[in-house]
Amino acid sequence: MKSLGSIRRDFAPWNDPNAKPYIQFDKVTKKFGDFTAVNNLSLTIFEREFFALLGASGCGKSTLLRMLAGFEEPTAGRILLDGQDLRGIPPYKRPVNMMFQSYALFPHMTVEKNIAFGLKQEGMPGPDIEKRVAEMLKLVKLEQFAKRKPHQLSGGQRQRVALARSVAKRPKVLLLDEPLGALDKKLREETQFELMDLQQELGLTFVVVTHDQEEAMTMADRIAIMDKGEVMQVATPAEIYEAPTSRFVAHFVGNVNMFEGKVAEHTANATRITGATGAQIVVDNGGNAAAGSDIVFAIRPEKIKVSSKKPADAVNALEGEVYDVAYLGDMTVFHIRLDDGQIVRASALNASRVTEDPLTWNDRAWVSFRPDAGVVLTR
Amino acid sequence: MNSTWSRFNITSIVLGFAFLYLPIVLLIIFSFNESKLVTVWGGFSTKWYVSLFHNQGLMDATWVTARVGVISATVATVLGTLAAITLTRYTRFRGRVLFSGMVFAPLVMPEVITGLSLLLLFVAVGLDRGFFTVTLAHITFTMCFVAVVVQSRLVSFDRSLEEAAMDLGAPPVKTFFQITLPVILPAIISGWMLAFTLSLDDLVIASFTSGPGATTLPMKIYSQVRLGVTPEINAACTILIAVVAIGVIIASIANKRREIQRQLDEQAAQRG
Repeated sequence: MKSLGSIRRDFAPWNDPNAKPYIQFDKVTKKFGDFTAVNNLSLTIFEREFFALLGASGCGKSTLLRMLAGFEEPTAGRILLDGQDLRGIPPYKRPVNMMFQSYALFPHMTVEKNIAFGLKQEGMPGPDIEKRVAEMLKLVKLEQFAKRKPHQLSGGQRQRVALARSVAKRPKVLLLDEPLGALDKKLREETQFELMDLQQELGLTFVVVTHDQEEAMTMADRIAIMDKGEVMQVATPAEIYEAPTSRFVAHFVGNVNMFEGKVAEHTANATRITGATGAQIVVDNGGNAAAGSDIVFAIRPEKIKVSSKKPADAVNALEGEVYDVAYLGDMTVFHIRLDDGQIVRASALNASRVTEDPLTWNDRAWVSFRPDAGVVLTR
Repeated sequence: MNSTWSRFNITSIVLGFAFLYLPIVLLIIFSFNESKLVTVWGGFSTKWYVSLFHNQGLMDATWVTARVGVISATVATVLGTLAAITLTRYTRFRGRVLFSGMVFAPLVMPEVITGLSLLLLFVAVGLDRGFFTVTLAHITFTMCFVAVVVQSRLVSFDRSLEEAAMDLGAPPVKTFFQITLPVILPAIISGWMLAFTLSLDDLVIASFTSGPGATTLPMKIYSQVRLGVTPEINAACTILIAVVAIGVIIASIANKRREIQRQLDEQAAQRG
């Protein structure tokens, strides 16, 4: 069985036409004065999903989260949670909790008081609160820090207190605003997996806002790529990476080579593309584009092979010269200047310690790739 | 930076401090003067301190000043805090610029004008001048100082703290009393202390707005000095200086200790 990406997915309610959506943004628009932060956006999130909103700053992802939490009301459109319209419900009555980017820990309260705060508002009896707080402290491994105040904790510990506080009430949905933004790189990688485990353990629906694509790719079941208040694509990380539907998405996630061109002709099971600078490319998945139309052929660097001689069996092979080489340890990145002037980025995994076919600056070289290695983009 | 002690440095520091503190030092020394003549040294004595506590007029004035100070500082703190919150939070109401300008105008208004206009007002509405009017006047002019102090704290207040509280289920009023107020409390307390100090040493406005039976300590001292400086007044002023100095020293020591404690905590947190 073939699949996009290397992970087989058993949890995929978005492919099930009978699955009931849990959170629904229905033609939501939010304007701040003349500025449109979110523009006529519709989006569906399912129960127990780990959903990421990914985009550059100012793309409207945080506004979307704040509307879900109740800090902002949509200018138009509806937001439904489990079938209930959230309009007019203040934040303190919504069954969602949020983990803030700044953590927003109450500086005058100890760690346990911070965690207990939400439970007290619920009117939970004292002994139950104690039990839940102890449970939460154990969950985030901060038992011995219960009596500390936030300023007596390190950044990573504060992040875990904020997390414990936001899940203590067992919300239906947990909203996370750049949850790992303030942590250093190593801690961030560890915490990503901790968050995923926690989500599995508690069975909650997570909606996370991030500008870090690696973070979104690692953690999320599905990612919504946002730009200028609109959703560009909603898909699994593998689909986003391997089958972007637009130039924007292809560019935004990972590295990509783009060949401007036209569809020359469709044959039985292939499409021939003529690049703007003359390159001839054959692909087997270009059926959506009409013959003669302007398209972009996008291909990821790791799907391009670099060699000193033209591979005998290659369907697509273009000749050029090594323009730049960067040895990164786990892989080597080549920049090849094709004879038509275009520069192609190709990366080769260093699977063995010695290379049969070493290349250096100004060597003649061939780049080759399979007909299913790239995608044809019409927008 | 040049940190050597040149002759010029030493001279300027000595002159500067002498300019600032010599009068006060003289006042303290002469408060322990045996002689009744203020400027002639007649040996060490604490008798003026004893007689001070038997001077009913001065003691009454001290009591009035303390009451006016506490009441006006407290009311001014409440009003000033409310003004500060309104000015920082509700930034889009009509006339905000005018309003904020009007709250802060008394900061630069000459006291004589504030006092005179309050006097005119009290006369116009037929309020008998006394304890009530002087308290009211002090509330008026100290309120803006509280507003300035609290507002500067509120500007740096992280609004997401309040959002987090509401997100966790606390309605706005509860959020204010459980989160906002405790966090800005240090600023409110220093606002109160500032208001209290200002009320304590105000002479001009009190002279305009006070009446019989409500003579404040500064008024009393001033009126006695006009009859001639007695060593008793020196003693009273020395006590005032001592009270203020002790207050300032305690505040700064507490501040310093908090700062050191915070640094130690942060170092401990970094170590894990």
